[in-house]
Amino acid sequence: MLKSQTMKVLAVVVALAAIAIIVPNTNSFLILLATRALAFSILVMSLDILLGYTGLASMGQAAYLGVGAYLTAILASKYQFGLGFDFWIVMLLGVLLGAALAAVFGLLAIRASGVYFLMITLALGQCVWGLAYRWNSLTGGDNGINLRQRPKFGIDLANEVTFFYLVFFCFAVSLLLMYTLVRSPFGRSLTGIRERELRMQILGYNTWLHKYIAFIIAGGFGGLSGVLWAHTAGIVSPENVVLTTSVDALLMAVLGGAGTLVGGVIGTVIVFGLREYLSTLVPWWQYVLGGVYVLTILYLPTGLMGIPERIRQWRGADTEKPAEAKKLAPVTS
Amino acid sequence: MTRILRQRIGPLLLGSAFAIGAVAVSTAKAEELRIGYLAPTTGIFAQVGKDMVDGFKMYLDDHKNKLGGADVKFIVEDTVGKPDTAVTKAKKLILQDKVHMIMGGLLASAGYALAPVSTAEKVVYVNPVAAADDLTQRDFAKYPLHVRTGWSSSQPSHPFGQWACDQGYKKIVAIGADYAFGYEVIGGFQRAFEACGGQIIQKIWPPLGTKDFGPYIPTIKANADAILTLMVGPMSLQFPKQLKSAGNKKPVLGGGTSYDEFVLPAMGDEVVGHVSALQYSAAINTPKNAAFVKSYRTKFGKVPSYYSETNYTTAQMIDEVIKKNNGKFPGAEAFVKQLAAVKVDAVRGPVTLDEMRNPVQNVYIKKVEKKKMHGYTKDELWNTVIKTYPNVNQFGQFKKDEFLKTPVYSRDFPPCKFCN
Repeated sequence: MLKSQTMKVLAVVVALAAIAIIVPNTNSFLILLATRALAFSILVMSLDILLGYTGLASMGQAAYLGVGAYLTAILASKYQFGLGFDFWIVMLLGVLLGAALAAVFGLLAIRASGVYFLMITLALGQCVWGLAYRWNSLTGGDNGINLRQRPKFGIDLANEVTFFYLVFFCFAVSLLLMYTLVRSPFGRSLTGIRERELRMQILGYNTWLHKYIAFIIAGGFGGLSGVLWAHTAGIVSPENVVLTTSVDALLMAVLGGAGTLVGGVIGTVIVFGLREYLSTLVPWWQYVLGGVYVLTILYLPTGLMGIPERIRQWRGADTEKPAEAKKLAPVTS
Repeated sequence: MTRILRQRIGPLLLGSAFAIGAVAVSTAKAEELRIGYLAPTTGIFAQVGKDMVDGFKMYLDDHKNKLGGADVKFIVEDTVGKPDTAVTKAKKLILQDKVHMIMGGLLASAGYALAPVSTAEKVVYVNPVAAADDLTQRDFAKYPLHVRTGWSSSQPSHPFGQWACDQGYKKIVAIGADYAFGYEVIGGFQRAFEACGGQIIQKIWPPLGTKDFGPYIPTIKANADAILTLMVGPMSLQFPKQLKSAGNKKPVLGGGTSYDEFVLPAMGDEVVGHVSALQYSAAINTPKNAAFVKSYRTKFGKVPSYYSETNYTTAQMIDEVIKKNNGKFPGAEAFVKQLAAVKVDAVRGPVTLDEMRNPVQNVYIKKVEKKKMHGYTKDELWNTVIKTYPNVNQFGQFKKDEFLKTPVYSRDFPPCKFCN
């Protein structure tokens, strides 16, 4: 058991190293896509903590991406803040703001579960969209806010490769932190809550508090994702907090495999790859995306990360058959 | 065997798609004009996006795929109606396909998103549709490689407001889509209308994409002489129907996109008599337009909208410039300078560009009528031209300097002095 865990960690580390080495040597467009995918996958991983590990399907995570992104954009365009070393302060503020918003929304949402939780988070997400759309003086309404330049602090983030490394660094740190979280006793309790909440309550765990804290942590990471997203895209608009973005994140988490952090990343890469890369090559890319979703739901309900498990099951079934044949043979002769 | 196949097909397809894509390198040929076009080909604005692309393609087909003698490589990318997708695709066109110019963008948000990309990447941005005022007004200096060949949102509204006064309207209620385009069309009308003695007594703003106007229509004030609407996309189709079912008897005025031909064939008798203002109508009674409409209709099965016409005319303008350069692209700055100096006799009438690279052109006041036009034998809905204002620029009857000193039209500007 321990050994397979080490193997898994090693595989992820190797994959990360591969990304860090290969991507900067491809063309600018692929670097841009990779940066976008990595920034968004922080949000998807944060959703995975809620969905895969705590069992809470939230349909309003884009709200935290939104507050992080708008915070960055407003500070950069109106107050010229966050374009030098203070970029790190903006990042911290983004995390705090995302967490604070989650703390407020959590008070309303955590009291519910299942479908009701979904609906409440959806409604709260739409509230944020409504504010982004109508509060013109602050958010620029439908036009959004353009971020004219990227921060410079010793290194110039306007360079695509440098910016890619920054986003990659934040992604790797987020992945590490979230991994530590889900492997910790706290993370284990979350898994317990996902499996059987009543039993956890009987054992004396304060499940409401556990869920609330998980919600806040997810919100914090969402805020971080938003700060990075604002600079990646260069424009923040209400489209970033619209319902479809939250649903996208949910679909990416499920496609890759809920309950495995890395699954979220795989799901993000596939969807982004299809939507933004394949779409430039062929016009029927949506059929491919739809096909991938349908095939995954039909045959891989645990997502693409469930493939190794399925292979093991299939292989395991085969090795049983020859043993049974051997047993029968002596009886007949 | 089949089970594994089924499990693997999805990821396999993906893998091969990636492999093919990553390996495929676009080789740029010399003497070839590469144009990257950004339009929403999927989503709620898909029909509009299609019209935009079809208009440009028709000019290319009529001229053997050459503009000014150069072979054209025309690449269309889908923006899905979102500004950051537009930016990503624009970067792909510039960085990967190495296009000479990017074109397109439908919504004001797309225009405001693409123009900075053009400045940052030093690539020409020819804009046939996105009408956001400030691109050629207060933000003009920020976008030295941006040329607008369509219109600015408030351009038709200025003469329209004057026309409304001439008809004797005194109090008007405005209801328009809640975004920059809506604010600018209605704002321009309000400025002109109130300058000649009229009053806007109420402004209502349903969000872009609203399909149910139930919360908005009952709030329209009863003492208005007329209603001014600005609807875009699917809203244009829904609003007049719902207004009629609510029992409206007041005359209805509209922004150009409210009754444009992209949606007019799908409308019914509820829009007969509605008046709007725009630089194009499919019912313009000139031989040039009649030929354009007939040719477009035969090719694409529908009457051309202003989206089609503006792209056709833009292709015509690019043709003129490249011809002057003997089939070669003269570099970004020279191209922009020459395009800004072009004068064409377009399908919509004579078009030139002002010093801020926005068109100076006719504005047509048009009324929806059911009749036969251009030799067709069936009674259909057409936007009959009832008045033409020639040589209208983006500032209309107002002085440029005073105009630029005031803020851009927004939800709160011009302020609603008579709303109480």
